[in-house]
Amino acid sequence: MARKEYSFYPGCSSERLTSASNYMVSVEAMCKKLDVQLNEIPDWNCCGASIGYAEGGELPRHVMNARNLAISEQVNKGQDVVATCAACWLGARETKDRLAHDSDLLAETNEALREAGMNLQYKGEQEVRHMVEVLIEDLGYEELKKPVVKSLEGIKFAGYVGCQTNRPFGIVGESFENPKYLDKLVEIVGGEPVEKYDQKVTCCGGALAFSEPEKSQAQIKKIIESAYDHGAEMIVTPCPVCQMNVEVYQGQINKRYGTKFNMPVTYYSQLMAVAYGGSAKDAGLDGQVIRARKLEEIAAKGAR
Amino acid sequence: MGDINTAMAEQYRNNFLKEVEANVEEGQWVKMCMQCGVCSGSCPLGPAWEHPPQEIFMMIRAGRRDEVLKSESMWMCTSCYNCIVRCPRELPITHIMHGLANYAHRLGLAPKMNPTRRFAKKFWNNLAKSGRVNEIELSAGLYFMDGFKTGIARAWAMKDIGIGMLKAKRLNPFGFVTHKGCKDKKGIHRMLKKAREIEDRRKGFAA
Repeated sequence: MARKEYSFYPGCSSERLTSASNYMVSVEAMCKKLDVQLNEIPDWNCCGASIGYAEGGELPRHVMNARNLAISEQVNKGQDVVATCAACWLGARETKDRLAHDSDLLAETNEALREAGMNLQYKGEQEVRHMVEVLIEDLGYEELKKPVVKSLEGIKFAGYVGCQTNRPFGIVGESFENPKYLDKLVEIVGGEPVEKYDQKVTCCGGALAFSEPEKSQAQIKKIIESAYDHGAEMIVTPCPVCQMNVEVYQGQINKRYGTKFNMPVTYYSQLMAVAYGGSAKDAGLDGQVIRARKLEEIAAKGAR
Repeated sequence: MGDINTAMAEQYRNNFLKEVEANVEEGQWVKMCMQCGVCSGSCPLGPAWEHPPQEIFMMIRAGRRDEVLKSESMWMCTSCYNCIVRCPRELPITHIMHGLANYAHRLGLAPKMNPTRRFAKKFWNNLAKSGRVNEIELSAGLYFMDGFKTGIARAWAMKDIGIGMLKAKRLNPFGFVTHKGCKDKKGIHRMLKKAREIEDRRKGFAA
């Protein structure tokens, strides 16, 4: 039996051939080394994300999240729910919070859930957590260090935390304005975190990268520029929306602003997968639009 | 929709605050705003708001119903939650802005061509169809929502990003056909239909 087991909510962007499939690949490699078992919630559905509010309204969004949680309560009994995507975590946790404090909304949610069949009823028995919380709180930095076989020495990372793993819930013990956990994770794998990365918690524009590209790209530009200003060679983030927005629009930003950005944007789990001895493929590095060459080189060193 | 709007305006005549408290997500918090302006100063898209959140709160209390509900302002929310964590009175501002935008959208008052409104609608319909987001269908739908010609132009402008994602195997070119979504689509459709019915009844949208 694995050291830890969780009820896993992977989310839409983690599926094969989707925008964060590389994140999923690296999480699998990381969890294998850490002896953490993820039990996928059967037939999970989309959380509605934040942008779902306009058409989805209130109850339909909560019902979507409650369905996942109710299935989890039924199938993965006694396990905490863990999400890798910031939006999935936020959506599910928001629902849990709201239903815990609003008995009318809870009754309505369960009324709608009955229509989904499978005798689903949301009880609110399980905690809803982000993968980063699980790593830090259940395993701890010391345990996370143990499987490191390759140091990421010599790479300077700008730890871009972004919004939704940080606000409104955040990681226990961390501040909203200057959370440190990502920098600590970088240190654990031997990398050098940028000490004063002033755009650490700046919003990348989220879903508005699609609908208001100019406004979002102005945000993204600040995030990348500050990383360069502080000598970073790569950005690392815990959020799939941050990762995609900051990575894939660099070409357009270069055209718009005359910049020459070419900054790789990685996930914390990719760093850990490489440091734990995984290949570039194990770490999902073949899924970068802007290749993280330095990480690839380290992954290739002494490859099994 | 026009009829529901008239009915709501009649029912809450001269008391837009009451209307917001009754029908908008977390609307009961609006009266707690003390006009400090931290929300407006914390918003990443602050300068893009015609009326920043602090102003919206005061306009609600002043009964400026049409100006609030027809505004593009709330549609600038990126869901970054800066305003929530910084509000000294702990108002759930992000949710109130989402709630106002949703209410305006349901009443048919939200700006028709606002790009975020249109994207948000497409996004929800996309995920509700199969229970999970179909990314290629969502992006293509977004490019082509104003017709074939503009669609081609938009897709062309985005081609480098698309090619990058395809090469990185993070986009499924066959997703139109191969996207599976949830197994229990029918159950999800029934569940969402019911949720919408209940919400419409509670918020007075039901005929």
